[in-house]
Amino acid sequence: MVEKNNNRNYMKLEFLSKSSNESFARVVVAAFASQLDPTIEELSDIKTAVSEAVTNAIIHGYEYGEGLVVVEATIEDNRLDIVVEDFGKGIEDINKAMEPFYTSKPDLERSGMGFTVMETFMDKLEVESEVNKGTKVKMSKVFKSLSRKE
Amino acid sequence: MIVKLKGELDHHTSEEARKKIDKQYFNNNLLNIILDLRELNFMDSSGVGLIMGRYKNCMNRNGKISIVSTNPYINRILKMSGLLKLVKIYDTIEEAIRG
Repeated sequence: MVEKNNNRNYMKLEFLSKSSNESFARVVVAAFASQLDPTIEELSDIKTAVSEAVTNAIIHGYEYGEGLVVVEATIEDNRLDIVVEDFGKGIEDINKAMEPFYTSKPDLERSGMGFTVMETFMDKLEVESEVNKGTKVKMSKVFKSLSRKE
Repeated sequence: MIVKLKGELDHHTSEEARKKIDKQYFNNNLLNIILDLRELNFMDSSGVGLIMGRYKNCMNRNGKISIVSTNPYINRILKMSGLLKLVKIYDTIEEAIRG
């Protein structure tokens, strides 16, 4: 048992890499985050960032094939940490993938804005990836609504 | 053509929206598109991709595409994507028609 922290909470969600699960994943994380008393803007930020990461896992990680996507969220005081992980093909050049407007799939009408959106809407973004092993996107956001009340 | 998008526009829903819009646009040999986003309550970068693709189709025909949107969260992502440098945004359909 780890030391008990009453301001800590954790959830884990695992689902098939189907595009219909994109809305499912972002709604679950937003519902989990609601205990931090977020503003509408903060909720919108989180839903959008989760949607981008899960979409990347489905399109780029598994290239529309079947695999598992794992979403974990941890609340620590007024901070929410989100991890979105796939076990697909991985990213060869993370820096290039993170460049605004860069897309490895221009034929699919992708805007190349996914990582830029995650970076803008969250406070922190980290991407770990290994070719043929998978990709892990870690994001954090501090909720101002709760800190204002203190 | 006026396209009203309702609900959530993500990678999943934008595929269907794209097919429907393109079918009407090309089958009826249309020129201009007005995208009404006022009843959308969620959009991510897949929605930006959808709009960019329709923008290209309109440009290829020397047509024009305009957006009607009043939701600040949707407008924020449109602005971030640089799309508003290419496409004008209006508050109402009437304003968009007037250009």
